[in-house]
Amino acid sequence: MPKQSFYHFLGCIIPHRYPSIEAAAKLVFKDLGVELLDMEGATCCPAPGVFGSFDRVTWATIAARNLTIAEAGGHPITTGCNGCFASLWDTNHELKHDDELRAAVNENLAEIGREFKGTIEVWHYVDALYSLVGLEKIREKATRPLKGVRMAIHPGCHWMRPKQVKKKDDSEHPHIFKEICEASGAEYVPYKDELICCGAGGAVRTADVKTALDFTKQKFDSLLEAGGADVVVTPCPFCELQLDMGQVEIQKFFDAEYHFDILHVMELLALAFGHEPEEFGLTTHLQYMQRKNQPNWKRLGIEARA
Amino acid sequence: MTSADEKSPIVIDAPDDSFIQMIIKTGGPNVQNCYQCGTCSGSCPAGARTNYLVRGIIRKALLGLKEQCISAPELWFCTTCYTCTDRCPQDVKPTDVIKAIRNIAVAEGYMLVPHQKTALKVLEAGHAVPLDKESWEVLREKVGVERVPPNASRYPEAIEEIRKIAKKTGFDKLVEEKEEKKEE
Repeated sequence: MPKQSFYHFLGCIIPHRYPSIEAAAKLVFKDLGVELLDMEGATCCPAPGVFGSFDRVTWATIAARNLTIAEAGGHPITTGCNGCFASLWDTNHELKHDDELRAAVNENLAEIGREFKGTIEVWHYVDALYSLVGLEKIREKATRPLKGVRMAIHPGCHWMRPKQVKKKDDSEHPHIFKEICEASGAEYVPYKDELICCGAGGAVRTADVKTALDFTKQKFDSLLEAGGADVVVTPCPFCELQLDMGQVEIQKFFDAEYHFDILHVMELLALAFGHEPEEFGLTTHLQYMQRKNQPNWKRLGIEARA
Repeated sequence: MTSADEKSPIVIDAPDDSFIQMIIKTGGPNVQNCYQCGTCSGSCPAGARTNYLVRGIIRKALLGLKEQCISAPELWFCTTCYTCTDRCPQDVKPTDVIKAIRNIAVAEGYMLVPHQKTALKVLEAGHAVPLDKESWEVLREKVGVERVPPNASRYPEAIEEIRKIAKKTGFDKLVEEKEEKKEE
């Protein structure tokens, strides 16, 4: 099989707030023999909840501009963000099926000498891992399985919903993200509100952070009721920000204290593949920076660091 | 303001479907499929903690009550999780209907200041969450990646292209006008 190459769409939150995810993704894809190419001059996807709520045509045009960068190079896109995935995948899908929108978008793109052609596909990391790499190979690379680590998952929304359009997984009973996380060797812990939104999306966090955090708090309480977990894993940096930094904010707004270590699936896999946390800067999560503390190494089954 | 005698009845003599047609055109083509079962609101994590009621907004839209729909602050509590869309038995795609109504609200001047600021960031930096402090670059260095990523943070010409797009679609005016109003 020829080496699979993807344009790596970084978005905003991964490179600008949680760069440890970017570093971990590079390690993991390299281990799996997948090449990530820089996507020079890519902008905000732009955020589907915020921008998509303002002006659909402008949103689709900016997203399509990003798609044209990959079209020019002839490789598919992969992204580790549910929001970026929603903007890029949805726009790609809509422009391939809606001639009117495509004409409007291409008229706008002509202004900057670009044209959407519809020649590439967009993959979430989760998609790429499951469909193109395969669980078998991921398990093979997990040379340091996280045995005995109790792992809750937060799949988030936009990778799999709306299900009839995305056709990725059954959003009421999803299994794909769970299986990828389980390939790390950690033990899956179910909780009632696993599938509820983290609260950040749709422009809610931007305008009313307390309401957004109320969603997050419900998830944490649900998880504690189920007996708690050593780690919570998500495939999205915006969810990660909300669950990670959100704990610091919840303490301020609700006077409730939670201590969960939050990992992006790429950070989980990097650890399981035997990489040390400092290889991708796990301790730079904003929760740790603000609280001036460190991950619970013991619970993660990793030797304590100096 | 919840008892019936404080509200006037909604009498529709000549139904005005112009708002519905706007919603259909703006991204909510199935809005008229709705038979008001309430599955959307029953599934809604935003509705569980705020006064955001998807079914109510869609009902108002179908009655042509445009101003009530677009001026409602709760319109902005939807996190676009799409749970309602996945459960709707009539394929109304309520999330898309709400986004369409938000588009119409914004076009008519209803835009919250924090949202407007986020939109401006995309026009100014190419990113809604920009690399706007040196400390973020230091954070990147700490994890072992290049200080400035190969996105619009490194390529100002990309930001220029975004501005040209916003100018062409009139989006720049939409954001600017709001700012001028605020300064009055």
